[in-house]
Amino acid sequence: MTIDYKANAREGIWTNNIVFSQMLALCPLLAVTGTATNGLGMGIATIVVLVASGLTISIFRNIVTPEIRIPVFVLIIATIVTIVDMTMNAWMHELYKVLGLFIPLIVTNCAILGRAEAFASKNSISASTFDGLMMGLGFTLTLVVLGAMREIIGSGTLFANAALLLGDNFSFMEMTIISDYRGFLLFVLPPGGFIALGFLIAGKRLLDNWVGANEEIESITNEIQETA
Amino acid sequence: MSKKSTDKITKFRKSVIFQAILLGLFTLGASSMLGTGDLQTRDDIKLRAEEDLKASIGQVVSDKLHDNDLLKNTLAIDGADGKAITIYQATKAGTVTALAYSVDGHGYGGKFKIIMAVTPKGKILGVRILSHAETPGLGDKIEIEKDKWILDFNGLSMGAPPAAQWRVKKDGGQFDQFSGATITPRAVVKAVKAGLDFFENQKSKLLTPITPIMTKEGAES
Repeated sequence: MTIDYKANAREGIWTNNIVFSQMLALCPLLAVTGTATNGLGMGIATIVVLVASGLTISIFRNIVTPEIRIPVFVLIIATIVTIVDMTMNAWMHELYKVLGLFIPLIVTNCAILGRAEAFASKNSISASTFDGLMMGLGFTLTLVVLGAMREIIGSGTLFANAALLLGDNFSFMEMTIISDYRGFLLFVLPPGGFIALGFLIAGKRLLDNWVGANEEIESITNEIQETA
Repeated sequence: MSKKSTDKITKFRKSVIFQAILLGLFTLGASSMLGTGDLQTRDDIKLRAEEDLKASIGQVVSDKLHDNDLLKNTLAIDGADGKAITIYQATKAGTVTALAYSVDGHGYGGKFKIIMAVTPKGKILGVRILSHAETPGLGDKIEIEKDKWILDFNGLSMGAPPAAQWRVKKDGGQFDQFSGATITPRAVVKAVKAGLDFFENQKSKLLTPITPIMTKEGAES
């Protein structure tokens, strides 16, 4: 079975986005998106785990029987997360000090189990790895957009502390959007996450509808021209 | 392969025994992966923790204050909760100049660990957070990298301000809370106060110069 990588990429990032379409992974999403930087950090860590779990699960997909697949998948994912946690702590300590807080949260990310079940257990190794990467990218994008929205409204800054995550070369990313801003606490707290997410999902639906309607009009005009 | 033997295999794959063995094998594989990972990283993680400890002690006890190796000049005294507290004694030319020790506290996200240093007179030289599980973006302003809040403790001691003022502003004290997070700063203030109480109670023991422990592994306990 050949995999259409282009379609797969579009699915992961837009049409079948983990958050916007599958409505998965909302727990870590709402927990960390107080700032865009935290969102980015969580996104990067999730990409690593998604790719590794997609790869591992697709390797074992023909051995695991359907009856025990869920415990096996959970076991594999938990093992990967723990190993990522230990490895980062030992050899990427500076990064770990920033991201370490988020790594254990990845286990609670049902999107990873969801992709294992829906994709990696049925597709080839390369396709599953690619799917993990694209789903992870889509998730990261969502986290950063939601984080940026909440950070700007909630604290008036954008990418605060980005230098801690990416190194001093990226300190240019740290911006104060609204100076002397007293903050809008609601958006920093989880309820603000729900509200912002609601607006983002509605926005995506509107955009999709608008694009869909345009395509429809185009096809109708084409039809009319053809018959004329 | 004959049809009969394929049938047999399919049947065997469906049996409980096979499922149990397979699950067992996966668990075994995962455990050995984790075991190997732990063995490979354990020493490095310990080293990193030691480096972190050294760095954090360095933040609260400046190098000018001592001429000894703090990680080797340690003593353990039981704290108020009965758990042993490790004290790092800073000495210069044989006299005690500062004491650094860590205190545990309970915040919004569970246990956190702070390190604090005091002068022999009980004045705070500095407080830093060693580890915590507070909410990212809210409670993590207790970290020096994120906010200057923790510096508010510098120079304070038991009595200055008076004990009743060792609270966050919301509770009638003198310390700021963060917008959206009161529990975290409240817990840190409480932990620092407990650390000062510990110093006052154990003053005599703490201020006696100790002979450095000379073991190969350095100070561990």
